[in-house]
Amino acid sequence: MEAEPAPAYAAANGRVLVVDDDAALAEMLAIVLRNEGFEPFVCNSGDQALASFHAHRPDVVLLDLMLPGMDGIDVCKAIRAESGVPIVMLTAKNDTVDVVVGLESGADDYVIKPFKPKELVARIRARVRKLGDEAPELLSIADLTIDVAGHSVKRDGEPIPLTPLEFDLLLCLARKPWQVFTREVLLEQVWGYRHAADTRLVNVHVQRLRSKIERDPEHPDVVVTVRGVGYKAGSA
Amino acid sequence: MSTRAAESPRSRLQHELLQVVTMPWRIASYAWVRSLLARVVIGTLVLCAVVTTLVGWMLMRQVADGLVDDKRDQSVAQAQAGFVDAQQQLDASVVTDATSQSQVLTQLLTGLASRRGSPPGYELVLVGPLALDIADEGEPGVQRSGEFSSDSIPGDLSVTVEAQPGTWWAYATLSYDDGRSEPAVVVGSRLRLISTGEAYTLYYLFPMNDQQETLSLVRRALISAGLGLTVLVAAVAWLVSRQVVTPVRLARRIAERLAAGRLEERMHVRGQDDIARLGQSFNQMASSLQRQIRQLEELSRVQRRFASDVSHELRTPLTTVRMAADVLHDGRQRFDPATARSAELLQVELDRFESLLTDLLEISRFDAGAAQLSVETVDLVEVASRVTETYRGLAERHDVRLEVVADQRPTLVEADVRRIERIVRNLVANAITYSRSPAVRIQVAGSADAVALVVRDWGVGLRSGESSLVFNRFWRADPARVRSSGGTGLGLAIALEDAALHGGWLQAWGDPGAGAQFRLTLPRHSGAELTSSPLPLVPGDAPSSTDGVRHPRVDAGAVGS
Repeated sequence: MEAEPAPAYAAANGRVLVVDDDAALAEMLAIVLRNEGFEPFVCNSGDQALASFHAHRPDVVLLDLMLPGMDGIDVCKAIRAESGVPIVMLTAKNDTVDVVVGLESGADDYVIKPFKPKELVARIRARVRKLGDEAPELLSIADLTIDVAGHSVKRDGEPIPLTPLEFDLLLCLARKPWQVFTREVLLEQVWGYRHAADTRLVNVHVQRLRSKIERDPEHPDVVVTVRGVGYKAGSA
Repeated sequence: MSTRAAESPRSRLQHELLQVVTMPWRIASYAWVRSLLARVVIGTLVLCAVVTTLVGWMLMRQVADGLVDDKRDQSVAQAQAGFVDAQQQLDASVVTDATSQSQVLTQLLTGLASRRGSPPGYELVLVGPLALDIADEGEPGVQRSGEFSSDSIPGDLSVTVEAQPGTWWAYATLSYDDGRSEPAVVVGSRLRLISTGEAYTLYYLFPMNDQQETLSLVRRALISAGLGLTVLVAAVAWLVSRQVVTPVRLARRIAERLAAGRLEERMHVRGQDDIARLGQSFNQMASSLQRQIRQLEELSRVQRRFASDVSHELRTPLTTVRMAADVLHDGRQRFDPATARSAELLQVELDRFESLLTDLLEISRFDAGAAQLSVETVDLVEVASRVTETYRGLAERHDVRLEVVADQRPTLVEADVRRIERIVRNLVANAITYSRSPAVRIQVAGSADAVALVVRDWGVGLRSGESSLVFNRFWRADPARVRSSGGTGLGLAIALEDAALHGGWLQAWGDPGAGAQFRLTLPRHSGAELTSSPLPLVPGDAPSSTDGVRHPRVDAGAVGS
């Protein structure tokens, strides 16, 4: 009963809310997630998604993009409006517009159907892995102060609310301010992708992060673009 | 050296002079070729100039002839009266000696000259007495009424007059002693002094400067009238053809806009004439085009929508099946052997089903024209090494040595990295899986405006003609080993579409026993035209006169751009 949680009977790795209108898929997802040691909750319609979210307080939300009633994008926006909970979109479409719209409405990551269960689980693990095991540490990037253990970012003492993903992204850059991170490296370190994946994820989230932490998002000085390479932390 | 140096600026000057001289001609010929209006105006101008010149010339001829004939007739009549009068005077006079003879002659001339009026209408010349026989060598005396040269009388006229009786005339030039000269009619006749029996010739010289002045007046009038007429006609031609050309130009402009995709453009139609009817037909054509294009767009939209819907509808149940299969597969140790094997087969075939579905949807997206590029700057060397890393394991399983040959510096290209990587993955995976080659080499190179990636193997190669067939959908090199090697059969077709989407080339070369080579060439800058590839399609170590060499066009045909 020490560290290593055995999948079948261990305490839940995290609570996952599955929002999908396809009952079979939702049930199958629940089975797989339970096997992997998560505690799944299923919601079959967009209209009830928010109520379900309030009732179960999940650690991760798995959200189908196409839902009857309130559609996935709106659900995503609504959840994001009140919480920074990690959201992983399930989408059948690989078209740029759909993916970007989903990401811009607040999703942290996305998985394209049909996906392999292990891939999905890896995505979810990457999103819940950093809960409360950080050593106390204070970092600074440009004129921001990052309290690693407290999961907070402050400018001049004023806290800036960030989602866990945005916090991870900023932390990754801040820990090695001398290093330029390519989008591929960021995908690996922040999102947990083993192989190179969609770099649009990085672009969209850097934009979202900048809109929160930069004084002037048009001329960023906290997360600086290095043309042709990637991003780095701005100098203090 | 010096002569060359002296010559060169001269010839340059000549050249420049030629340029300047031929400039108007070149401008005119450009306008002639390009502009209907210019052609009509220039044509009218030239034709009108020719016609007015001809008409003017004929008019001038007739006027001149009329004037001159009139003057001649008048002159001859006047002179004849003079001759009769002079003969009468001579008949009446009595000549006794040489002095009285010369007096008589002077009187005769003065008398005749005094009738000329002022200013004198003609000049008189009296020649004689003429020698009666050839032996007399004395020059006949000449008396003139004014200061002009007696050479003004043409030689053959004086011969005729001296030899035969009657009145004779000729045209001549009257040259005055002060250097002036004017055209004239010379009328001559022979007179006889009865008392001595001597013969004289009397000439009337009628200057025609009045006629000449009239003629030059007429000529000036004709020239200015001709010029005015020509310009006027050209202006009329310009105005008239503008009436036709302006709507035509308008139609051209509208047609260009239609061609540029502004389908709602129409011509203004006024009236009922031919031009208006042209406008109506044009507009009908545009409407019909617009309707058909809208229909096609709608069709394509529906098809895209369908592909997208099918995608969603198929993928959701497939995901469920896939996960269920995974759960079964994970737990297969607990099943009896038959069920366990079934779970395995289910798993493997689901993989194939899934990649086939993905490829089919991708192809249908290309067919619907819905494929979009998201272009960024990509390092082709990095793509090559990434793909090599991905297939390291596969290569080891097939016992294939995988190597990348490239410059140290990045080979950058504006491209959609997802598509480019898919092409390279496909080429490399094919080479590893199907070629049975001991090694696969990926080579990357770049030139100023293109980059190329070549995947070479030394395996079974391609038979004659296969280098273009490989890009066909569901084409397989060996029908006998159809399904054993897996793959969807759509990989290269998709790769070709991906390359074409970038304006790039994807070509194949192969020779049985010598292996195969696939070359991907992309323009460095998105949208640029490809003219050449930095790497050859046929490898240097290829045996000569192979398929690729003999039919380079066949390979180019597989570009599918």
